[in-house]
Amino acid sequence: MPPEATSQKWNIKTGLNGDFIFKGITVVFAFSILAILLIMVYEMAGESLPAMKKFGWRFITGQDWDAVQGTFGALPYLWGSVVSSVLALLLATPLSIGSAVFITEIAPKKFGGVIAALVELLAAIPSVIYGLWGVLVMAPWLQQTVQPFLIDHFGFLPFFQGAPYGVSMLAAVFILMIMVVPIITSITKEVLLAVPQSQKEAAIALGATRWEMIRMAVLPYGRSGILGAVILGLGRAVGETMAVTMVIGNTPQISLSLLSPAYTMPSVIANEFAEASSKLHSAALMEIGLILLAVTLVINALARLLLWSVTRKQSGGGL
Amino acid sequence: MMRSVALRKTKNLLMTALMVAATLTVLVPLALIFVHIVKMGLSSVNLDFFTQIPKPTGETGGGMANGMAGSAVMIAMASAIGIPIGIFGAIYLAEYGGSRISTVIRFAADVLSGIPSIITGMVAYSLLVVPMKGFSALAGSVALALIMIPIVLRTTEEQLKMVPGTLREASLALGVPLWRTSLKVTLRSALTGVMTGILLSIARVAGETAPLLFTALGNQFWSSKLTEPMAAMPLQIFNFAISPYEDWHRLAWAGALVLVTVMFTLSLAARYFGRTRER
Amino acid sequence: MTTKVKLENLNVHFGNTHAVKDVSIDFPENSVTAIIGPSGCGKSTVLRSINRMHDLAPSARVTGKIILDDADIYDKGVDPVSIRRRVGMVFQKPNPFPAMSIYDNVIAGYKLNGKVNRSEADGIVESSLKRVALWDEVKDRLKTSAMELSGGQQQRLCIARTIAVKPEVILMDEPASALDPLSTLKIEELIEELKEKYTIIIVTHNMQQAARVSDFTAFFYLGELVECGETRKIFTTPDKKQTEDYITGRFG
Repeated sequence: MPPEATSQKWNIKTGLNGDFIFKGITVVFAFSILAILLIMVYEMAGESLPAMKKFGWRFITGQDWDAVQGTFGALPYLWGSVVSSVLALLLATPLSIGSAVFITEIAPKKFGGVIAALVELLAAIPSVIYGLWGVLVMAPWLQQTVQPFLIDHFGFLPFFQGAPYGVSMLAAVFILMIMVVPIITSITKEVLLAVPQSQKEAAIALGATRWEMIRMAVLPYGRSGILGAVILGLGRAVGETMAVTMVIGNTPQISLSLLSPAYTMPSVIANEFAEASSKLHSAALMEIGLILLAVTLVINALARLLLWSVTRKQSGGGL
Repeated sequence: MMRSVALRKTKNLLMTALMVAATLTVLVPLALIFVHIVKMGLSSVNLDFFTQIPKPTGETGGGMANGMAGSAVMIAMASAIGIPIGIFGAIYLAEYGGSRISTVIRFAADVLSGIPSIITGMVAYSLLVVPMKGFSALAGSVALALIMIPIVLRTTEEQLKMVPGTLREASLALGVPLWRTSLKVTLRSALTGVMTGILLSIARVAGETAPLLFTALGNQFWSSKLTEPMAAMPLQIFNFAISPYEDWHRLAWAGALVLVTVMFTLSLAARYFGRTRER
Repeated sequence: MTTKVKLENLNVHFGNTHAVKDVSIDFPENSVTAIIGPSGCGKSTVLRSINRMHDLAPSARVTGKIILDDADIYDKGVDPVSIRRRVGMVFQKPNPFPAMSIYDNVIAGYKLNGKVNRSEADGIVESSLKRVALWDEVKDRLKTSAMELSGGQQQRLCIARTIAVKPEVILMDEPASALDPLSTLKIEELIEELKEKYTIIIVTHNMQQAARVSDFTAFFYLGELVECGETRKIFTTPDKKQTEDYITGRFG
């Protein structure tokens, strides 16, 4: 490559020169990305060692979280994180795919563009503002309208038992759904835009209706990218801190009822870390952070691999 | 056993209706949020909001002047740390990096940008707050910088790759050293695109709350030292929103309106830069 | 010979561009008609209007009549979906569905009519693949991805997918232009065989190909039909000077 060759020549002529220094700076800064990741893992692991040593696997299976007694079991937080994220994803996925399909395949081009731009702007709203709306507008509405309705009509189900608190698992699920929908929608939209016209024409020429074309040509072609988008949304939901903390009620309990308050991993960190009462307490919070870090690392790596495979196919041209 | 075309067309209509319904379901809550922010925000925002600091509980009025100033200071410092690292890292990927190591760094950046921001806060806490024995604006800025770096790096690299290789070669052929070519030719011709990335990364961190919780911590008053806790707008919105006081809720809504306005302005500016680049 | 497809005063506009100008032409049944002309002459546009593919492009406006058997396919109330099942299309680049197996690709269009039982599907896949002379090459790996086939095989698979729907007319848009000479030869032989059962209209920029495979030839220039007739006559004694110039290679 010409740039390499040139820098070589300059090195030979003048020894240490601008190019050498410049390259050094860029190398250091580029590798700092890797360093940041490694430092994160190292720091989190190191700081959580006291809790790991003391509790072992009981940290994950234990349900008692008592800073005064010095016992820390993280199960209620794991439960809250898993339930809130999975339910939010179950609601958000069909909505996101549906609206991405609407934007790319059904709406007139300009109109679809406007909706896509709106969705993208909304993906940029900070989570503390979603939380503000959630706690001051949505939670009271849930408490006065939705939850009494659910109790009256579906109260026989274990999922809708108890008193209507407003702030609850249900509120967390809703706010997470609202927050991840713009993310999944805009990535899915990009994925669907990458479906070649020739694929759609193949289906249309076989006499497919528009829906049949979407099912036959568009969605299968984009499936790994859509999966990547959904997994990325999951990563976002699992790590979402502020909005969830503001609406979930922050009570460490394992309950099947969506109406009762719950707690998530990021929320307990947000609430307790700054005022951790003891070394062990902050180590326990660090270990929760480490679990969160590990989970989101895996989720994001997976999502990126899926999305990269799509974009590479795209840049490869042809089919 | 031919299924009638009428049935298939009905199904087509049904599915189309479902997708329209999905889109509406997505837009309605987002519209509601927007309407509430504008309505509540407009009725709460006033001159005091921009000039006063929060009043103690029980007193009406007050503003978020210290939070706005704190946010501005910390964003500026985060930019000073994060933008050069992001840009020079991107130059490495675009100019020097072998394909394998570049892929690894790129992948790491993408993964990093998906890590919950509260983790970034925890790491900044143990790296800075613990050794310095206190919460500080500096720690907050570093936490924000960690969030900016991957965003700036990836967008800058995308832009640098779009600069035609012939332009670079023309400069090199004139005997201009590679480092000058990178800065004066490649980076400059990608400048508007790079600006887009920078604006987007600023918009992203301007609203970040979680990483500041145990770094900058927040402050009820003015603070001028970087080694002391500093107020930030998102933190104030958080604390006021979960408080039981009507008057503080009012401030939170006003803060939300201001924050959203700033972020939308940044996004629009980013789009503007993005568009001029396309032309 | 009966006329299968009849174009009457066909005009196609894309926005402000008048792409096809007042074209009237008959396509006889069970024969191959080639549409030739320099690029940009509107030949693909004419072809794509015969199964209403232009419905996909919002800026396209089609006027005039296209009569299939005895009904205008652009009449109000005519369903483009059912038209496309009678008029199939093969594209320039092979476009099998990458997420489907060879088997599923062939049956994809047929299945749209409703549930197909296993033995019926097997029969259709086998007969369609045999008809395009692909059966022997793929019968042992019907469940593998269609993307593992070569370009020529993929194109024959796409033709099999088209005829599995049992159309009456097959439109081919430069079906061999992306293929190597050997695959091209196979496609040309296939066209020759297919015309016993189907009416075939093929767009090609390759005049030798048009001369080899077609019974009739239509020459288009700048969106207008210059001349049409029996292939032998067009290529030996054309009536129009423009046609002669084009086939002798003096322009285009």
